[in-house]
Formats: sequence, C-alpha cells, structure tokens
Amino acid sequence: MNDNVRRAFANGKAFIPFVTAGDPDLETTERLVYAMEEAGADLIELGIPFSDPTAEGPVIQAANERALSGGVTTDMIFDMVVRIRKKTDVPMVFMTYANVVYAYGNEAVRASARKGDPALLSKSGSGNDAEASGVKANLSADDKKAVTGGTRRFMEKMRQVGMDGLILPDVPFEEKGEFAGIAAENGLDFISLIAPTSHERIADIAKDAQGFVYCVSSLGVTGMRDTITTDIGAMVRLVKEAQDIPAAVGFGISNPAQARKMASQSDGVIVGSAIVRMIAEHGRDAAAPVAEYVRSMKDAVRDL
Amino acid sequence: MYQQPNEKGRYGIHGGQYMPETLMNAVIELEEAYDHYKKDEAFNTELAALYRDYAGRPSNLYFAKRMTDDLGGAKVYLKREDLNHTGAHKVNNCLGQVLLAKKMGKTRVIAETGAGQHGVATATVAALFGMECEIFMGAKDMERQALNVYRMRLLGAKVHPVESGTATLKDAVSDTLREWTNRIADTHYVLGSVMGPHPFPMIVRDFQAVISREAREQILEAEGRLPDAVLACVGGGSNAIGSFYHFIDDGEVRLIGCEAAGRGVDTAETAATIATGKLGIFHGMKSYFCQDEYGQIAPVYSISAGLDYPGVGPEHAALYDSGRAEYVAVTDEEAVEAFEYLSRTEGIIPAIESAHAVAYARKLVPTMKKDQIVVVTVSGRGDKDVAAIARYRGEDLHE
Repeated sequence: MNDNVRRAFANGKAFIPFVTAGDPDLETTERLVYAMEEAGADLIELGIPFSDPTAEGPVIQAANERALSGGVTTDMIFDMVVRIRKKTDVPMVFMTYANVVYAYGNEAVRASARKGDPALLSKSGSGNDAEASGVKANLSADDKKAVTGGTRRFMEKMRQVGMDGLILPDVPFEEKGEFAGIAAENGLDFISLIAPTSHERIADIAKDAQGFVYCVSSLGVTGMRDTITTDIGAMVRLVKEAQDIPAAVGFGISNPAQARKMASQSDGVIVGSAIVRMIAEHGRDAAAPVAEYVRSMKDAVRDL
Repeated sequence: MYQQPNEKGRYGIHGGQYMPETLMNAVIELEEAYDHYKKDEAFNTELAALYRDYAGRPSNLYFAKRMTDDLGGAKVYLKREDLNHTGAHKVNNCLGQVLLAKKMGKTRVIAETGAGQHGVATATVAALFGMECEIFMGAKDMERQALNVYRMRLLGAKVHPVESGTATLKDAVSDTLREWTNRIADTHYVLGSVMGPHPFPMIVRDFQAVISREAREQILEAEGRLPDAVLACVGGGSNAIGSFYHFIDDGEVRLIGCEAAGRGVDTAETAATIATGKLGIFHGMKSYFCQDEYGQIAPVYSISAGLDYPGVGPEHAALYDSGRAEYVAVTDEEAVEAFEYLSRTEGIIPAIESAHAVAYARKLVPTMKKDQIVVVTVSGRGDKDVAAIARYRGEDLHE
C-alpha cells in the first residue's frame, strides 16, 4: 500500500474531493489543490479528462469537455503535478478512463498501406490461440510494443511525478491484472470500486484491493442525489470481512448532512459533482468558495 | 475448428469486459442466460420461427447477372439482407436479443442508434413482444434522420436525444450505457453491433451468423462450391462478422471487410478504424480505435451514419491481426457511385453502408477469373439514404 494513501485515512474520517484537471485551466486546478489541502482535504482525486467519460453524469461530463476544449493533455497534467509536488505532499490519485492510460504515448498509428495486400491472402491463421501467441501476423514490432507500452509509460510517469494511486472506473476486477501489476511495481495503489450491484463480488474485490475501496453509493452515474438508499453499512462490512482496508463512499454526496451519514458507516466520503459545479459557476475564482465548502464537509465528518 | 472468444471473452488480445463495476453482474447474468438458452431447443425453435415468419428469412442469395456481365470477372452473388423485415440485417440480432431478454424476465429494452436502423429494428421487436423500449440517438443524427425518429415513435418507443460529446453514434452508446447503470433489474441493453463488453460481441455475432449459415448452403446449392471471396461493409462489424463466420474455417475463402474511408484515410474525416486506428480500450472492449496520441477518441466521419463509429468489433480486430480477414477502405465518393451503380444495374437500391461493399466488389471482381465467385452482402436497403445521396449530388430533396 502506498504510504501517502494510507496517511489520508489517519485524520479521522477522510474527506476526498474530486476536480477535473484543466477545468477551466491548469492554473486554477493547481490553486484548487492547495486551497483544498489547506481546508482539510485528506486525499485529492485529480480527473484526467477523457473524450467519452461513460461513468460520469452531466456535471463532470461538461467539466471534461471544458478541459479538453481548453487544450489540456495528459502530459500537461503530469507537468502540473511536478509543480504541485514542489509545494505539497498531499495524497493524490488520478481518476480517468482505461484508454487514457493504455494508449499513453502509443505513437504507432497503424499503416493503411496494407489494405488489399495480396501477400495477406496466403495467410489463413485461425486466430484461436488467443493470449498465448499474443499479437500476430499483421502487427508490426511497433504495434507489439503498443500492447502494453502505454500503461507502463503512464505508470512510470506517475511514479516520477509523485502521484500516489489511480482509479479507472471502466476497469473491473476481471480486467485489473494488466493495470494493477504495473501500478504495484511503481508503488502506486490501483483503487478498486464496488457498487450496490456487486453483492457476492465484494469479497473477491476487497480481498485484492489496494489503498482504499471506493464504494459507489448508488446505481447510475456520478452526480448529486437527494437521497441515497443503498445499505452502505452492509457493503462496508463485507469489505472489512475480506480485508482490513479503508472504505470511502462516493457518488451522489453533496452536503454536510449526507457526508456525515455516509462517513458514519465508512472511513470517508468522496465528492465530485458538487465541487465541479462550483468550479463551473466560479471559474478561475473557484478556489475560495471551494475551500470554504471543503472545510464545511471535513468539519462534518472529522470527529465521527 | 475456429472457436472464439475464449472463456474470458477474448479474441486474441482483443475484447474483454472493460465495464463499470455497477454493470458487471448484469453482463455476467447475460452471459449465463445466453449460455443456457443457446442450447435450449424451445428457444431455438422460437427464434427460427421468428426469422422465418416475421423477418422473412432465409434471405435470397441472388445471382447478379448484369453486374457480373458488366464487370467481366468473377460471378457476383448478392446476399439480400435488405429484404428482411425492417430493411436490414439489424433485425436478426434484435429478434435474438429481445427474445433472450424476455426469457430473462426483462420488461424493458434500451438501445443506441446511429442512423436509426438499429433503433427501428429494436423498437419493432419490442412492439412485437410488448416490451417497453427507449432509444438513445445523437441529437445531430435525429436531425439528419427525422423520418426514422418518427418511425421509432410510431412503433411505441421513446427516443432520447443525446447532446453530449459529438452528439453522434459513439455518444449514443455512452448514454445508453449510462442509462443501463441507472436501471438494470428490469432492463436489457440491446447492443446493436459486435462490440461492447463480452458477451455482446459473441451474442450479436451468433445471431448474425445466420447470414453466412444460409449463404454457405445457398452457394453450395447454386454452384456446388464455396465462393472465392465474401465482401461486407464494416462499421462496428455485425453484418460482416455474420457474413464471414461460417466461412472462417474455409481458408480458401477470402473474407474482406469494407470500412468507411469518408473523405479518405489520409484525411481526418474518416471512419476507417482498421486503416487508421490503433489499439485501445473503449466502450467495454479492447480493439482498434480512431484516437489521438493521448487516447482521446477521435471524432469520425463518413457519409454513412451506420459506419460512423470510431471503433471496430474485437473479433474483426483479431481476424485482422491473424491475417484471416482483410480490411479495405472505401471513400464516400466510391460508395455513392456504387449506390447509383447497383440501383441502375440490378434495380436494387442498397443502403449507403452496403454500397461500401459493392464499391470494393467493382474493383475486385474484374481482377478475378470468370469461374470464380464473389458473395457481397447487401446489409440493408437504401430508401433511407435517397435524400442524403441527392444532397451529395447537389439536389435538395425534402422527404
């Protein structure tokens, strides 16, 4: 387990804010990180924007679009983390989508020149030996490197700049192997999620989890909700039976009362859309109101 | 014997289940139900009856004599999926999936649609089975395909405009996935192509494989031998995999998928994924995707809304890797010429999607010998495209 992630759960119940990096620009994101840490954030989730964030509701989708249309790239976000790490060691994890990691720096755009190449006609491989033989006939050496190169480059870069962990909501337990192994090699926690539909899956997921378990509070995508009906306490108990690991609750939490209720049954709360909505409203001046909000949320959960 | 995917839902390195945890039990439940019903005699009898009595299967394998004479090479046969009820191959998959959903106790189906063909087919079958139906469609596509939007509503479906991202097919898929995470217990997502997380690429392929099962028998009946090449258009790739599947073990049969090059594979306005994409993970699967150097999914373009998708099904990606299938890129201009060509030569107006396969046949057939045989799948009929082709040719038609 990454020591910095462990530290996030050492100050009473944790408050974990999420912001989309580059929304509305990276200077604002950097200021927000300092302001949120100062206001009591225990761990900060930095979203790397993705063109098609399928787990997000409208508020964070819009933040992704604002960041990307502002020209933000993964490399610019890594550079920002370098600047942040000169000033603070606040625990930080990335939250993004599998392709941002998997495709990172994979330059090899595949040649179209092979189309209709008569040389291909003699090949009649049945392709039925799957992973064992890996990549075959039509893939060049560059393509082969691309198979795992991006993930490795991304994780090494994360380690170099001083990130602590990674959340990929489109990578479930069944597919985590190709990411979690390389993350562990780089001292990064690959954070697992459980959902209200996970049921019997929770034991396996939690047993193998690193850092903390992200408990998705509700069905659907990210976004503020009036009520959360899932029995969070029961989910958290199943986690703890499998492994003594912190469990934090996210999706739908926006106010101190909800945060208190969720934190009383877990080790902390994660808030994204409510903060991102404030950033949408206040733009470059968001640091002060967001800090005030983070303070009120941390105050609500600290002493539970 | 060709046998894909493996038990992990992999086709070579492609495929898999890159899904939010919230949906994992839903896809596992689907896989278990499908494993059960695909061996269930009553299910298969019911589906066969629907194919025959409702969809009008088997679809004809038609010898295109005038096209053959005109091109002066191999004999051309057309597999007429355009003659199916609802006018395209999409109904093969919808009948199978909605019947499966019904057996699973689901009462509501949701689906994405690009041009509207899959949405219409889903709405049609939902009406037939008395199920609730909601379709997600890019707001831009709704404007371009107003007639299909009305058709879906006529069939009792609710159509949701998707405003996010590029407001086209990929965004419709994303929003349908989002809706599914929101309401799972009574809802089945009728994915329209051989894409998404396992088991969808396998289920959709199996239901579309009826195309090559019939075509193989039909060509053996007509010619006493297998064809030398099978051609089909590829967006996500469902009609192509359906056309290829029962020929995969016949190494001498060339399998050729025709992608949409849009304005050309050397331009940014293309949807030819295998020609221009690279390995990635998106919409539940590992496969090839059009994307930038940071893995952001690229906006794609084709005159054909049905091929206007930035990825390709994982089984096609694996067939490409192994060299078993070939993939070629066909431009808008070539497709439009083929659309007009087949209309005039055979009196068959093909869907603009299918016209991509016809276009490549026009190049390939003249290079082949007269005793050779080519099967071209006409995946759908082109009535829906007439106004757009007229506009492409500078005539402003209003439907």
